[in-house]
Amino acid sequence: MKFIDEFRDVELAKKVIDRIGKISTRPVRLMEFCGGHTVSIMRSGLRQLLPPTVEMLSGPGCPVCVTANADIDRAIALANLPDTIVTSFGDMMRVPGSYSSLQHARAAEADIRVVYSTQDTLQIAKENPAQSVIFIGIGFETTAPTIAASILQAEAEGIKNYYVLCLSKLCPPIMKALLDLGELKLDGIVCPGHVSVIIGSRPYEFIPREYGVACVVSGFEPLDILLSVEMLVSQIETGKPRVEIAYLRSVSPSGNKIALELMDRVFEVGSADWRGIGVVPASGLKIRKKFARFDAEQAFSITTKPVVEPKGCICGDILRGVKTPLDCKLFNKACTPEHPVGPCMVSSEGSCAAYHQYGANDER
Amino acid sequence: MCLAVPVKVVSIEGNEAEVEISGVKRRVSIVLTPEARVGDYVLLHTGYAINVINEAEAQETLNILEQMADLDEVH
Repeated sequence: MKFIDEFRDVELAKKVIDRIGKISTRPVRLMEFCGGHTVSIMRSGLRQLLPPTVEMLSGPGCPVCVTANADIDRAIALANLPDTIVTSFGDMMRVPGSYSSLQHARAAEADIRVVYSTQDTLQIAKENPAQSVIFIGIGFETTAPTIAASILQAEAEGIKNYYVLCLSKLCPPIMKALLDLGELKLDGIVCPGHVSVIIGSRPYEFIPREYGVACVVSGFEPLDILLSVEMLVSQIETGKPRVEIAYLRSVSPSGNKIALELMDRVFEVGSADWRGIGVVPASGLKIRKKFARFDAEQAFSITTKPVVEPKGCICGDILRGVKTPLDCKLFNKACTPEHPVGPCMVSSEGSCAAYHQYGANDER
Repeated sequence: MCLAVPVKVVSIEGNEAEVEISGVKRRVSIVLTPEARVGDYVLLHTGYAINVINEAEAQETLNILEQMADLDEVH
């Protein structure tokens, strides 16, 4: 496929890896923020191919994984309301909340449907005018403009039974929160490619400036990631951390202005609850008052029981990059993709699922 | 979750485009990329084109990688 196959050239990749080995003179610790990058790195075995001076940690960039139990509980409570249809991206279905999952709630006869797009949800709303149709709006800046667009479309078309439980989260603020925690001592960050298609590379500029940490925005194919690692190592070796883009075919410094405008029209910045990190101010999006009638939080009254976290699960530590799935006592024993205990084993982009699927490539 | 795939724009009608990937066709929204034209490749995320892929920049990135590999062979 165009724009994919040419960035998977094995011979070229070997040469770039050799070059990284030659320019890397001291140990560096890099975090690939995005779950999509984690999967690509695991699938291609890059962790073991990179020189031993380059350590790669997985970050919290999987929206399913960072969704807090409290928010999953609320989604389930909404689904249990009468005359309601809840729609969700597929990965969310099996994530265990405190007492149940969306999948279990569906088995218990709640009307919960997997959708590929907010467009699908709008269609369901049109076809079921007597029911309230609530989209579980998880995702980062990549997905937020599509949710904004759906709310504007619902308003324009007079669709009155469409609602969003807005759980959108923002990447730069959580990077700041991780850096402020100071648990990791990072030298560089592989910044998320498709988030940056929307927000551009400028929002990361505080990271080299205030924390001295190198940043490169990366695409998702193995050669994209290797180029990013080469650029990060070069920055670190020369002592000049800055923000660079290795994914110029899709990312610009200023991002997608139309998408940013739509987001700003519909959302305002608010706090968000991150699994493993907690409530972080100004790290999420809320629906503005002007669009309150589409806001499931405003429109419905629900009660949930106290939040319970699964015993022994270290998804929180894994999401902060402090531990790896191999440090978890439940990994591949009590917790498998068939019977997941924590979200990092459910989502296809979760670290635990990636280690489970491609773990044989990761033995150094 | 932030997965987006390159797809080719086959036709455009208002805010929607028909796109093709590996012979599969689908209607998607181009409300976020009104600059998209027939023949362009766009990144498709959850039913929306989120940007038009810049072919010249893609080639430039490959050139940089080739140069990097050549540099390595000289040393």
